[in-house]
Amino acid sequence: MTDIKITEVALRDGSHAIRHQYTVDQVRSIAKALNEARVPYIEVSHGDGLGGSTLQYGLSKTNELELVEAAVDAVDFSKIAVLLIPGIGTIEDLKEAEKLGAKMARIATHVTEADVSAQHIQTAKELGMETVGFLMMSHMAPTEKLVEQAKLMESYGADIVYVVDSAGALLPHEVRARIKALKHELSCDIGFHGHNNLSLAMGNSLAAIEEGANRIDGSIRCLGAGAGNTQTEALIAVLDRMGITTGIDLYKMMDIAEEIVAPILPKPQEITRDSLTLGYAGVYSSFLLHANRASEKFGIDSRDILIELGERKIVGGQEDMIIDVAAELASQKANV
Amino acid sequence: MSKVKVGIIGSGNIGSDLMVKLRKSEVLELTTMMGVDATSRGMQHAKEIGLHVYDNGVDGLLDNPDAVDILFDATSARAHIHNAEVAKKLGKQMLDLTPAAIGPFIVPSVNLGQHLDAENVNLITCGGQATIPIVHAINTVAPVAYGEIVATISSESAGPGTRANIDEFTETTAKGIEEVGGAKEGKAIIILNPAEPPIMMRDTVHALIEGDVDEKAITASIKNMVETVQSYVPGYQLRTDPIYDGNQVTVFLEVEGAGHYLPKYAGNLDIMTSAAVKVAEEFAKKRLEVMAN
Repeated sequence: MTDIKITEVALRDGSHAIRHQYTVDQVRSIAKALNEARVPYIEVSHGDGLGGSTLQYGLSKTNELELVEAAVDAVDFSKIAVLLIPGIGTIEDLKEAEKLGAKMARIATHVTEADVSAQHIQTAKELGMETVGFLMMSHMAPTEKLVEQAKLMESYGADIVYVVDSAGALLPHEVRARIKALKHELSCDIGFHGHNNLSLAMGNSLAAIEEGANRIDGSIRCLGAGAGNTQTEALIAVLDRMGITTGIDLYKMMDIAEEIVAPILPKPQEITRDSLTLGYAGVYSSFLLHANRASEKFGIDSRDILIELGERKIVGGQEDMIIDVAAELASQKANV
Repeated sequence: MSKVKVGIIGSGNIGSDLMVKLRKSEVLELTTMMGVDATSRGMQHAKEIGLHVYDNGVDGLLDNPDAVDILFDATSARAHIHNAEVAKKLGKQMLDLTPAAIGPFIVPSVNLGQHLDAENVNLITCGGQATIPIVHAINTVAPVAYGEIVATISSESAGPGTRANIDEFTETTAKGIEEVGGAKEGKAIIILNPAEPPIMMRDTVHALIEGDVDEKAITASIKNMVETVQSYVPGYQLRTDPIYDGNQVTVFLEVEGAGHYLPKYAGNLDIMTSAAVKVAEEFAKKRLEVMAN
């Protein structure tokens, strides 16, 4: 029995950081090693979930279903999770992933739009999958709204509802208030998914745990969008020092991070001026590399693009707005 | 000039917007509203303006079949199956605004003339009506190997039907991109944005082109198409010139609604109902011609 169940998201959230270039060999070797370290859940999908391989978000090098299959084949302890964002992926995609052996479905919507997930959550439950309702961009709604939306997901059958800080914008006291309210109002398990853009992923994860969250996401070596997520191996070490069990082998995780994951990274995952701006402006973390590219193409500081996107209350998935805003800023600049 | 009689099934956002638009038509006469909730705002309004009103849906028409010649279905894909059966039995032409996709797809700016006699035509989706003309415009210059569209609408303008069946939106739109737009492969994404005040409907088309990219010809074809769509959806416009990157072309669109039933941000509603009225008017003109001869 463990106190906290960890989901390793590097093979999904990390897909953003490597422009969706995972190969079957990489996924197989990472999943196999995570399984040996006894990580309970490993998420595998395109960064934007099943069906996310698009011009809008970036084409996958390898069909994600092949990656799911490779991960399933590599594990005998860990469960493979998939992400599905209704509006991008469909129930058909979910059924295919389940057929290949995925055991957990994480159904994600913007924090105010939970009602688009009813069919997907119900289907996941009918397929016998452990089902997560994943409320993205949780910083954009007040706690009362978050509770209302979380209750919807619980009513559709979600086993767990997550507060997802997609922009890495939440501050510890804000995480605390949200988790506390959900623990009070819902009876299902509560989870937290952080991003380290403001260097708060660990602090926020601990705040969530203190308020009763028992599901926490991490990415090994911070291999996630933006500045990455809560660094899994560090989280395990910290929780161990706190006397909280995760069942995961710390040394093995350190070795995977050092020997298998670090060599895949195009550059170390750091809090750069751009990823810091994501958290500061409250913008979806996967916008990072797209904003860098738009910045080069249009000669606009990527921070200006990200701040403008934040002001316009752009939500996850609106990557097309990055080019749109960059083009607009460039034309404004030309007219000055 | 005599008019062709039409009725609406469904008194939600789409049905209510159709009510406003149909009353302005010179060839269509709105006679009947078929809903299920007599107390709904749409049904109340229908009564006030003197329509035949039935609260047992399309079945109401069985008692009064001569009241309409053409039906608009603004319910849901599931309800459309029964509605289509009744329409067929009564010999009424059906314009399907749900994603049921029983009949052939129709986008007025692309294939309006092809299905004038069809018993059931489908209007695809709002995102399809906004983007398929562009895919088609590109495809007439150079083959589109892959067409992908992203429709972003305000949360306010997404009704419960859309929300409950979001996969139908993406799947039906993708099919329309292929069948009417001409892309070899289609993909559609829908995003709901809750910002206040509500955002205008935004649509982005990403297309991968086979062979040479003649930027000038493609841009001209797109601009030409935008003008055509504007003839029935005045608030339809390009946000910027198309952007080219290798064999990829990206087109940014915005659709401002006419503000008939929902405010102007609901371009998604407007483009759907405007397209449906345009198609019905063509159906009606054909009927009136036949009658005149």
